[in-house]
Amino acid sequence: MTKIVVDGTEVDVPAEYTLLQACEAAGAEIPRFCFHERLSIAGNCRMCLVELKGAPKPVASCAYAVKDCRPGPNGEPPEVLTRSGQTKKAREGVMEFLLINHPLDCPICDQGGHCDLQDQAMAYGVDSTRYGENKRAVEEKYIGPLVRTAMNRCIHCTRCVRFLAEVAGVPDLGAIGRGEDMEITSYLESAMGSELQGNVADLCPVGALVHKPQSYEVRPWELSKTESVDVMDAVGCAIRVDARGREVMQIEPRVHEGINEEWISDKTRHAVDGLRTQRLDRPYLRENGRLRPASWGEAFAAIAAKVKGTDPKRIGAVVGDLAGVEEIYALKALMTSLGVTNLDCRQAGEAIDPAWGRAAYTLGTSIDGIEEADAILLVGTNPRLEASLLNVRIRKRWRMGPLAVGLIGEAVDLTYPHTYLGAGPETLADLASGQHSFGEALKAANRPLIIVGTGALARPDGAAILAAASKLAKDIGAVMPEWSGFGVLQTAAARVGALDLGFVPAEGGLDFAGMTQAGALDVVFSLGADEVEIGPGAFVVYQGTHGDRGATRADVVLPGAAYTEKSATYVNLEGRVQTTNRAGFPPGDAREDWAILRALSDVLGKRLPFDSLSALRRALYAEHPHFAALDAIAPSDAVTTLETLSGLGGEPTRTGFVAAVPDFYLSNAIARASRVLAECSSLARVRGLEAAE
Amino acid sequence: MANRRLAPASEQPAAFAFSSENADWAKGQIEKYPEGRQASAVIPLLWKAQEQNGGWLPQKAIEAVADELGMPHIRVLEVATFYTMFALEPVGKFWIQLCGTVPCDSCGARGLKDYLHHRLGAPGHVSADGNFSWLEVECLGACCNAPMAQINQDYYEDLTPDLLGKLMDDLAAGRPVKIGSQVGRTSSEPLGGADTLTDATLFDGSRVGAWRKRFEQKDEENEAGKAEAASSEQRAASDPKPARPDAGRAVGTSATDAPAQRAAAGETPVKAGDKVDAADRTESTAQPNKSAPAAPETIAKAEAAGAEAGTQSALPRNEPPPQPVNSGASADAPAPASAPHPSDPKKGN
Repeated sequence: MTKIVVDGTEVDVPAEYTLLQACEAAGAEIPRFCFHERLSIAGNCRMCLVELKGAPKPVASCAYAVKDCRPGPNGEPPEVLTRSGQTKKAREGVMEFLLINHPLDCPICDQGGHCDLQDQAMAYGVDSTRYGENKRAVEEKYIGPLVRTAMNRCIHCTRCVRFLAEVAGVPDLGAIGRGEDMEITSYLESAMGSELQGNVADLCPVGALVHKPQSYEVRPWELSKTESVDVMDAVGCAIRVDARGREVMQIEPRVHEGINEEWISDKTRHAVDGLRTQRLDRPYLRENGRLRPASWGEAFAAIAAKVKGTDPKRIGAVVGDLAGVEEIYALKALMTSLGVTNLDCRQAGEAIDPAWGRAAYTLGTSIDGIEEADAILLVGTNPRLEASLLNVRIRKRWRMGPLAVGLIGEAVDLTYPHTYLGAGPETLADLASGQHSFGEALKAANRPLIIVGTGALARPDGAAILAAASKLAKDIGAVMPEWSGFGVLQTAAARVGALDLGFVPAEGGLDFAGMTQAGALDVVFSLGADEVEIGPGAFVVYQGTHGDRGATRADVVLPGAAYTEKSATYVNLEGRVQTTNRAGFPPGDAREDWAILRALSDVLGKRLPFDSLSALRRALYAEHPHFAALDAIAPSDAVTTLETLSGLGGEPTRTGFVAAVPDFYLSNAIARASRVLAECSSLARVRGLEAAE
Repeated sequence: MANRRLAPASEQPAAFAFSSENADWAKGQIEKYPEGRQASAVIPLLWKAQEQNGGWLPQKAIEAVADELGMPHIRVLEVATFYTMFALEPVGKFWIQLCGTVPCDSCGARGLKDYLHHRLGAPGHVSADGNFSWLEVECLGACCNAPMAQINQDYYEDLTPDLLGKLMDDLAAGRPVKIGSQVGRTSSEPLGGADTLTDATLFDGSRVGAWRKRFEQKDEENEAGKAEAASSEQRAASDPKPARPDAGRAVGTSATDAPAQRAAAGETPVKAGDKVDAADRTESTAQPNKSAPAAPETIAKAEAAGAEAGTQSALPRNEPPPQPVNSGASADAPAPASAPHPSDPKKGN
């Protein structure tokens, strides 16, 4: 620790701190444009200049280390002045230079109201210019469907370039030319190829890169901001839902060091327009082969009429990828009271049984725990598309120091170097028998991590593969009391919560595939299951938000609330319990899902024992106490689970693993309703075809 | 400098590959750098690619270099657009890069620029005969012989519009031309030959080696002073010095003792002793300044006239600046005619 005096306050900071960090530790605010905590230091905006006693001129505090400061003449700690006249004058000079070429178009700029340059110009800017020449004019660039450019406004901080190269691992942007003619662009103005590209617009301190889909639509001061959780994948990114009136206008990331740091994927951000289109806003009934609008009473009456005459063995309930814990709990309670045993939430058909233990369907380690791993084996998963922010964390770990990553499955670009081991289960067997050199890297590692993807489990021999992988984990010592290095990468936000609730077939019940077979059941209750077609013959009650595949097949459609319209609990792939918050009301006659089930239970004569969300949660927490611990991960039971798993046995087939998420941008009903994501998807398809050539 | 862009698609060749000879050369360049640092070879490779492609860099060459070095295409494009030495559009047989930075500009580069504008048109265009194209670039590092231009690989210095015109005619006609200075200067010597370091004794060892003798003398003295040094070490141990030495400054005087301060205090700006020390009366090789120093009256008049006209003093630049009239510095000059400034505290010094 090193002592340093900031504006007369002495602070003790680590020697490797920069002056900027030391100043912040002392409570002094330093203006900055190019500096960002999670990116490398560029030191090119010069806004963070401070006066350092003894230095001949102001120093850029973001790029000057505390250990490089010289002590005073008698060994006093170095002294930094952040509010002195020289500092202020230096910053005013920098600001004047930045404003020379910056257009005065704040009234029409999308960044207006949350613009760093605007804010800092209030403190350091002057009201007039001394520059007589014309301002620089820069051509607009096309860099993709999600980010609009207004390059006249660019101040050359290069945050976007550094983000893509360092965090996203896709070096698509660069700065061409030099000096005043420097321009940020992609190579020959091709679209950026990152699933995280929206973040560059968040990073842009000015309005040069703004979100294209919501251009000219929103002003930050007219939005109500609700902190919530994302459900587009199982990572559960922390988000802020910005709504105007009852309409969600944009989704921005929120800092959560344990999960997403401060990034979100494009799907999370731009599924917003999917929340407005294709919405189910009233109940529908199928009559003469066509769905017609109906009232809640009619819909419930139709369901009651059907259920009453049906044997509970011929009734089933399935849960999709976006359902919250509350409605799954309510559905399970209702189905149990009806005597139904055909329950399943494993829409992809994963071979996972919650009875094996919680570690059989969660990641084992936490996402920030990945930073401690020193060898990672990915089995049948492409984390870049299945859990983008988890992939960012693996990349971050790789940037911190040497990391051996092995991949079994489809050969894909993970954005960091990795060893491609093979396509299918036989490679896993080779690894286990020591025939593969990567096995030694795994064995030598202190904290190895094996991540099994849904792609490896959602197949008939899934249990055998899980057994083989867990046996390998046991052999290399991946699971210790203090380190749990074996996990399953879930792809659906609802899955871990539903498995925690035990929403799987009871004794003698049919599983998902069994229920969806033609003629297997007479009544199927579907809570937002859109990815699997339910076979003909059954009377399908679909409760969901979008007129997607599930609603098309349904006989009764009950309109529910999307994740931005209800307070619901989700458990992410780490097993972390989080809740969404309501940013707006569901459209039309749509209602919160637990309330629909509660009302339906009344009609079916099996009234559920809760009248409010808090009463439901009381019952839920009494039955499953771990749901009450928000933002916490229940202690891992990995050691015992691994024993169970490795004893499963079974012989895997030789077919290669296939991706669990074939199209990143269109993986659920909300995303499929989004026009923006459809465009991203088609671009990604073209890119994939070009890469295949 | 204007925005640098790749040449239009119509002018781009369909493909680019290093010739086998250049590919070998490139391999040699890459091998210079340690494993993982191959990207360091980007400039030599681009330079070679430009040479192979007739003096300019097509898009395919940028991509070929990027692929060879394992760099993303945009990173190589960044380098190629940064340096003006990489031409992104076709150039003439002779590509003139005219330096327009301050030293060249003040020595007449603007005339050359006007001449090139007149003869070849706007920069960046190849002349009709395909012989020339030109570009104004930043400093090429030959300021001593300004103004200058680089034509293909060679520097041509001390140019005037006439000399440049003749040079271009010769180049176009295929006549041999002289590289370097066009006015008979030897490398970067002063015009008319060297005028410093001409003393032969500088090079025969009699003076340059003289320091050796001084050190030998010092060594002898040190031997004698060893006993004294031991006692001073003891003294230092009992009486430690402050963290920062006082740099030998006299206590009570201001930190600096500059002529300007002395002048402000009414003292002689340059002490007589310093003047004597500075003058080397025995060995001077400089030519004594023959012209008599301007009398203070003349200077005052000239300055007044200049102030009226809004221009600087018309005095020749090679003369020492005039002393303040009331400083009393010019002992040999007659006493100033004008009265000392009333606000001067030391008037009548």
